[in-house]
Amino acid sequence: MKITRRELLKTTAAVAAATAAGMSIPKELQAAAKHTEAGWRWDKAVCRFCGTGCGIMVATKGDRIVAVKGDPAAPVNMGLNCIKGYFNAKIIYGADRLTEPLMRMNDKGEFDKKGKFRPVTWKRAFEEMAKQFKKYYGQLGPTGVAIFGSGQYTIQEGYAAAKLMKAGFRSNNIDPNARLCMASAVAAFIETFGIDEPAGNYDDMHHSDTIVLWGANMAEMHPVLWSKITNRKLSDTKRVRVVNLTTFANRCSNLADSEIVIKPNTDLAIQNYILREIVYNRPQAIDWDFVNQNCVFATGYVDIGYGLRSQTDHPKYKKTELDTASREAFKIITKDEAIAMGALGIKEGDKMEMKHAGQAGNHWAISFEDFKKGLEPYTLDFVAVLAKGDPEESLESFKKKLTDLVDLYTERDRKVVSFWTMGFNQHVRGTWVNEQVYAIHLLLGKQSQPGNGAFSLTGQPSACGTAREVGTFAHRLPADMVVMNPKHRAMSEKLWKVPEGTLNPVVGSHFIKIMRDLEDGKIRWAWVQVNNPWQNATNANHWITAARDMDNFIVVSDAYPSISAKVADLILPAAMIFEKWGAYGNAERRTQHWRQQVTPIGKSMSDTWQTVEFARHFTLADVWKEWKIDDKNTLPDVRAKAREMGYKDSDTLYDVLFANKEAKGYAWPDPIGKGFLNSEAAGDKRNVEGFKGYGFFIQKYLWEEYRKFGIDHAHDLADFDTYHKVRGLRWPVVDGKETLWRFNAEYDPYAKKENHGKFAFYGPAGKEIPKGDLSGPQGEEKVKLPNKAKIFLRHYIDPAETPNAEYPLWLCTGRVLEHWHTGTMTMRVPELYRAVPEALCYMSVGDAKKNSFKDGDLIWVESRRGKVKARVETRGRNLPPQGLIFIPFFDEQVFINKVTLDATCPISKEPDYKKCAVKVYKA
Amino acid sequence: MPERRTFMLAMARGLGAASIGGLAWTGFLDGKKDYPTVLRPPGAVAEKDFLATCTKCGLCVAACPYEALILAKPGDERPIGTPYFHMRENPCRMCRDIPCTVACPTGALDRSLVSGADDHGSVVLDVNKTRIGLAVIDRETCIAFWGIQCDACYRTCPLIDKAVTVEYLRNERTGKHTIMAPVVHSDHCTGCGMCERACVTKKASIFVLPRELAMGESSGRYVKGWESADEERISGLPEDTTTVTPRSEKSPLDYLNAGEP
Repeated sequence: MKITRRELLKTTAAVAAATAAGMSIPKELQAAAKHTEAGWRWDKAVCRFCGTGCGIMVATKGDRIVAVKGDPAAPVNMGLNCIKGYFNAKIIYGADRLTEPLMRMNDKGEFDKKGKFRPVTWKRAFEEMAKQFKKYYGQLGPTGVAIFGSGQYTIQEGYAAAKLMKAGFRSNNIDPNARLCMASAVAAFIETFGIDEPAGNYDDMHHSDTIVLWGANMAEMHPVLWSKITNRKLSDTKRVRVVNLTTFANRCSNLADSEIVIKPNTDLAIQNYILREIVYNRPQAIDWDFVNQNCVFATGYVDIGYGLRSQTDHPKYKKTELDTASREAFKIITKDEAIAMGALGIKEGDKMEMKHAGQAGNHWAISFEDFKKGLEPYTLDFVAVLAKGDPEESLESFKKKLTDLVDLYTERDRKVVSFWTMGFNQHVRGTWVNEQVYAIHLLLGKQSQPGNGAFSLTGQPSACGTAREVGTFAHRLPADMVVMNPKHRAMSEKLWKVPEGTLNPVVGSHFIKIMRDLEDGKIRWAWVQVNNPWQNATNANHWITAARDMDNFIVVSDAYPSISAKVADLILPAAMIFEKWGAYGNAERRTQHWRQQVTPIGKSMSDTWQTVEFARHFTLADVWKEWKIDDKNTLPDVRAKAREMGYKDSDTLYDVLFANKEAKGYAWPDPIGKGFLNSEAAGDKRNVEGFKGYGFFIQKYLWEEYRKFGIDHAHDLADFDTYHKVRGLRWPVVDGKETLWRFNAEYDPYAKKENHGKFAFYGPAGKEIPKGDLSGPQGEEKVKLPNKAKIFLRHYIDPAETPNAEYPLWLCTGRVLEHWHTGTMTMRVPELYRAVPEALCYMSVGDAKKNSFKDGDLIWVESRRGKVKARVETRGRNLPPQGLIFIPFFDEQVFINKVTLDATCPISKEPDYKKCAVKVYKA
Repeated sequence: MPERRTFMLAMARGLGAASIGGLAWTGFLDGKKDYPTVLRPPGAVAEKDFLATCTKCGLCVAACPYEALILAKPGDERPIGTPYFHMRENPCRMCRDIPCTVACPTGALDRSLVSGADDHGSVVLDVNKTRIGLAVIDRETCIAFWGIQCDACYRTCPLIDKAVTVEYLRNERTGKHTIMAPVVHSDHCTGCGMCERACVTKKASIFVLPRELAMGESSGRYVKGWESADEERISGLPEDTTTVTPRSEKSPLDYLNAGEP
């Protein structure tokens, strides 16, 4: 509860009077009064960590954060937090905060790629950064530069970066770390519903009576949400069922009624078994009214590769990598694949050429009969043998679990929510597994209703709010628009007030492709924001060499020295969450804003400021001339049109994109910020290199401009001030009201407007597709699918790399509750560091015995790409079955991404961190 | 072994030997007689016997691969030269081959206390039989009892789901969340101290105490009617019982014949 000074005085007086009179006073008021005495100011904010989006209250005194508490008024967490959220007050005070720009230099004070880092001024830093940018941009054009963005950007930061990159530099090479965690979910949302993000919300956890986890260790990764699910289970232990599908036993199994340990990648086969069971043996479970009114059946190509380099003999590959690399060109069909894809006429031993790697996302409508035919091979006998993940479990027990799972999904009045996170998304067929779970829910009519639906959880605090909604991806524009669509470009150009033809229509390089392009010398300038790509990207050895040994310039903005900073040429100190105004959007479409609480540490400045300041170094003459993109595409010179719009060639991108007339209309001070800092608008006490502030409320301007993209496009957001008065709102926010269940006419004004009955899957993308059959699209005719969702037929296929005699174990990576991603923040909180000081190699007792390892033994974990040392743990929180090991990725001393494979889902381009083949031996 | 550690060990041993002279080992107690909170290595016999048997040779300390065992120096408030753990800093990792116990030449660390029968009936080391102490929880400072999703102690426990389990309590305040409360079970807890190190509160809210300090003892004349195995608890008790209170200490005759009511 936010208390103004006047209210404070009143509160203190009231408490004194009440105490004197022996009256009881409300607890919250009592707490507030105490803090008054301590001189603390409490204000609402959001937890810095995961996609759950817990509300917190932050106390400041003397320009320092002195405490946090869970916000009792926040609907998500109602005052609670997890072990990471508990430490929000400490994350910005690590002893090694970066406090000034650092550049690699020689003794003469010149930039030198081989030099040591030395402190420089912001002025010097930006000058070198711009000089290097102009050099490479001039040589290579808009495709030669890139930004690694983030799902941890504030919404305004992401918006400013995307605007500078796309409208200013005319480059689509901006891609966030959300590519590494959410892209498969996005691709499946777009292909299935035509619009991104979940239909439901966290209330589903209270309404449902069946929770199915498909590759989501919620007990550790979404602990506050898990406590909601646990509460639901406790409320009716007999009725409420929890099923945990996973490749290794984890903490969710404690609550689960059924733990189904599966072999990596076989989730695809299990989904098809469920669909087959419904279609062949329990047709009465199909909600035909729902399906006929709201759905269409569809399928796509199977020969789409694994998102590896198309040049399978690329000179930068090591010899040991070549056999896996060849999978991008072809694969020899295994017995299991032949059975699974039997309906397509594929035979064991066939050489499948990956002919459609370039059209991986193409799909077409098929009949229900074809859908049914495609599912025929996925019998219980076939799938159980293929998918059983624990060699010690009996086939009968495993089969029983699968049939029980079908019972739960198909029971008529049983509400079911399926949750997933990285188990689905980080998957060489990530888009497919996402689509298949929708297929189950849609076929049963259990979607977009309270307690019924398939629900993709996000890992990052603003993967939804920034990366996805703002569109800091290589193909996206704000509000689900895409660069390939001329109408979307035109609308964006209009809202951004840039000339027609400015925006680049060619999709940029995705995250892993930016790394590959750096290695190939196709990108020579890269800027990292709120991200640690050199630790979090798969197959890291390649990218480290590329950063250090190639002719390029890498800038890393961060608050702490990370692996990425270590390989950079220039490091910019970044302000952290409570040191700036911002907003995040969580996994249930809830947007939450906060105010700047304290002055940033040292000379660090926000990412918004850094982006905007960098824009000052470029005139329209530098960027809006003609650029050749590729053999087919040339961006026109738009300066003449710009002049017609009133711009001058000498105007900078700062003038045009950020400090324009509209922006200056947002005055600072503003009543909403009364008593609060705004380092960007007004400077601050540090007077960093004389910066006195822009003189206008830039964060409010960026917000108000950004939200214009979504209004009347089913992405409506409320105005800036509203978010400072409420505990977040779930979009679309129409007439001041949030939307709880999208596509459901009872709750969603957009669905109601369609007048399509109870449901309307109104998402506009991919709503005109070819017709075809199992062999491919047939004829030129296209079908229109207004208000329909797609039920996909997708097939089981082996992953890019499977264990063999030389590399006999599966390696799966992930997180632990105590640490956040690459540990940049949590490894600097002493309590969290002590709780889990190092990443362990979780291994089955059987595999440890086979290799004569004892717990605590230091071993090498080696793949075709690299190796790391880790300690063996057979007794821990995760208990893998024989044949699989699990190693978390937070610990830079156990740099597991040197071992992982950079195969991706060919549709979403999200890497698969969950499966590659390794060998282990004593170190 | 790192040089520094070798030096420290030698120093501790040397000090012990130099200053003890002809005194009995047990007499040398750093000025104090009672060290109730000292946590001894796996297999340690009862503290009194331990002090009588331990020759302060330091072999157990040298054998510890994690440098977790400490040889007491002056000022450690432990009998100088005897081995102990400081769980908050460096707990016991419960090595399956228990090198510290195996290294003991005197029986102060007794292999039989940390051994059991394997599947074939032969006697083998079983580190899970270790009883260094028992973890106890301060429910007032433990943030899991506040409703924070913590359980760091639970997840780090080498005997997870046995020595530490999580009890689900509905959070009545929010009505929508669960308090996941850690609970320690003395029949499995080895007192290894991994939980004490992992605890994220300023001073650990879960900590290891010697079992005699940490545990109560329930009556031998009541059996839990709802737990069939509870009968085993009293199986060895003698049949005879005489209960004496101030009210019953007089014989009936003495009572009856002594004055008016």
